[in-house]
Amino acid sequence: MPADTILLLGVNHKSTPLAVREKLALSSGYEEPLRALSRIKGIREYHLLSTCNRVELLVCAREDELIEKELQRFLFGDALTAEEYDTYLYSYRNKEAVHHLFSVAASLDSMIVGESQILGQLKEAYRYASKQKCTGPILNKLLHKSFSVAKRVRTETCIGSSAVSISFAAVELAKKIFSSLENKKVLLIGAGEMAELAAEHLVGNGATDVVVANRTLENALDLAKRYNGQAVGLDEIVDQLARVDIIVSSTGASNVILHKNDVKPIMRDRMNKPLFFIDIAVPRDLDPALNDLDNVYLYDIDDLNNVVELNKAERDKEAIKARRIVDEEALKFEDWLKGLAITPTIAALRKKGNRVVQIELERTLPRLKSMSDADRKTIEKMAAAIASRLLHDPVLFLKSDSCKDSSDMKIDMYHSVFGLEEE
Amino acid sequence: MLSEINYLLFNAVLLVSFVACAVYLVFFFSQKEKLRKVARMIFLSSGILQTCYILSRYLIAGYTPITSQHEAIVFFAWSVTWGYLSFHWRYSVRNFGTFVSVLVLIMLLTAAMASRAFNPLPPALQSVWLPVHAGVSVMAYGFLALAFCGGIMYLLQERELKSKRFGFFFTRLPSLDSLDQLNSHCLTAGFVFLTLGIISGSIWARQAWGTYWQWDPKETWSLITWFLYAAQIHQRFTVGWRGKRAAVMAIVGFCAVLFTLWGVTFLLGGIHSYAG
Repeated sequence: MPADTILLLGVNHKSTPLAVREKLALSSGYEEPLRALSRIKGIREYHLLSTCNRVELLVCAREDELIEKELQRFLFGDALTAEEYDTYLYSYRNKEAVHHLFSVAASLDSMIVGESQILGQLKEAYRYASKQKCTGPILNKLLHKSFSVAKRVRTETCIGSSAVSISFAAVELAKKIFSSLENKKVLLIGAGEMAELAAEHLVGNGATDVVVANRTLENALDLAKRYNGQAVGLDEIVDQLARVDIIVSSTGASNVILHKNDVKPIMRDRMNKPLFFIDIAVPRDLDPALNDLDNVYLYDIDDLNNVVELNKAERDKEAIKARRIVDEEALKFEDWLKGLAITPTIAALRKKGNRVVQIELERTLPRLKSMSDADRKTIEKMAAAIASRLLHDPVLFLKSDSCKDSSDMKIDMYHSVFGLEEE
Repeated sequence: MLSEINYLLFNAVLLVSFVACAVYLVFFFSQKEKLRKVARMIFLSSGILQTCYILSRYLIAGYTPITSQHEAIVFFAWSVTWGYLSFHWRYSVRNFGTFVSVLVLIMLLTAAMASRAFNPLPPALQSVWLPVHAGVSVMAYGFLALAFCGGIMYLLQERELKSKRFGFFFTRLPSLDSLDQLNSHCLTAGFVFLTLGIISGSIWARQAWGTYWQWDPKETWSLITWFLYAAQIHQRFTVGWRGKRAAVMAIVGFCAVLFTLWGVTFLLGGIHSYAG
């Protein structure tokens, strides 16, 4: 009886260019895709993580070639050919899947290693999955474990303090364009978490004015208040461009919201003072052709990745430490999984014991007519106790460490010795 | 005796400038802060030695040594060196020194190849205006050369930022904004000196040749150069020509300067073709 396989399929910023990731970003939230997943046969537990850098599908299913194909189709639809699946998609099984998930949670696989947003995103994704009862005992345990691994990495290494988020890279770039950020004005398009982080870093480095443009003015006001800034509507962006220097865009819009032709006339009004656009939205908010304009610098999320590479060396040392923790925890989880593999055998063993007791009681009790009900109960108890006493040592042996490495063999042996085949 | 010192001095200038350039380049690759200070001290000594060399030539010849090819180039290198050093005391532009020291070394090597003989001064040049006109003009060229170096650095850095491939130059070169400011300052200073050079030249021409302006090739090209820079400065202040366009213009302008200095002398001739 083969155990279920833990299967992890996904794309991230390393494996897949932004243009491809855009095609599968799930902008409709988690509920709809999770419902769609529930219709795929053969998967028992499933979980979906979608951030601007990655989309990952974690399922627990019977080992089956077809399921992987089905999940690929779920992720990409008809947008890609089969060869493209193979180039962009990574898939991990069991041990590797666990290891990968832990690395993701601990932010070792992030675009900016050590950034803390990913853990929050993973927790949110899990909240949705568990609310819709998509996860079961294995994934529940696995995801909870990944949260605690992330926490351990954060407390035991300095990976979080030396690394910051995408905004760190943005600040580095801004310093190469404007010599200092003193008195520079920032426009945030979209009032999400990312925008907030970026604003914090830019203001921390000297930027003064913050203008927030958002679809819902209320959220914009909230964020603007924090920086003594002002809030504007999305239709006022172009007017604002004449006044600001740095633009961080992170809306959930499905189309480009700012085109080259919108910005071109502005440059004249600005006397060609440089504009620095940071597009951290997926799909992209800003026209890639903006970068062709003189004195306009546009960076999307993939470009920022290149900047981050520059500071990587410093963090690599801490990352090694963090990887060791992940390795260690992945091994521990593997042990738990192996333990899980023996549970059905133990259950079958107990069931068999119970049945034997039952059969013998049914055969013997009717013959002892003179017995009172109380005595009858005592006999039943005794029979059950004998059975469980007998099974106690074999179960202990199965659970012991010495068994774990060869548990498959032991399970087979138990099945034949105790005659569990017919279960 | 004095000519021997003069000879040794020039070789010392060459050697020290070479070492300064080498140390600057090593610093550029390794980015060790200690080397930067060392390189700057060596470059400063090169500047002092250049000054001594020019003074010694002045003592030997008895007139401002700016009339032969060799002298003109040395004077040019001197003005670039001191333009940079004076600039450095006011602004700090990361790794600017490396580019300037390379340019200075190239100039001095060119000077080394030209004849170092002392020529008797032609009668037309025997005037108090010689040091004023030639000196001011060469100072102008010094600043314009600095703008040229800044322009090259700007284009290199801009290319890295636009292409988003952050290679060798990204970390080493300063921000675009500081390079653009450098361009603006050098251009303004250079332009003021250039204007003074042309005015002083015109007054001197009135005295020597009897007319302020006679459309001699050198005069014409000086005027073309002047207009190039004037247009650039005008555009910067009116419609904001900055960044890449300003950098390209600084490079184009400098090419015009070089042509005015040497191209005219060798290709077009004219009464103005002495040396520099």
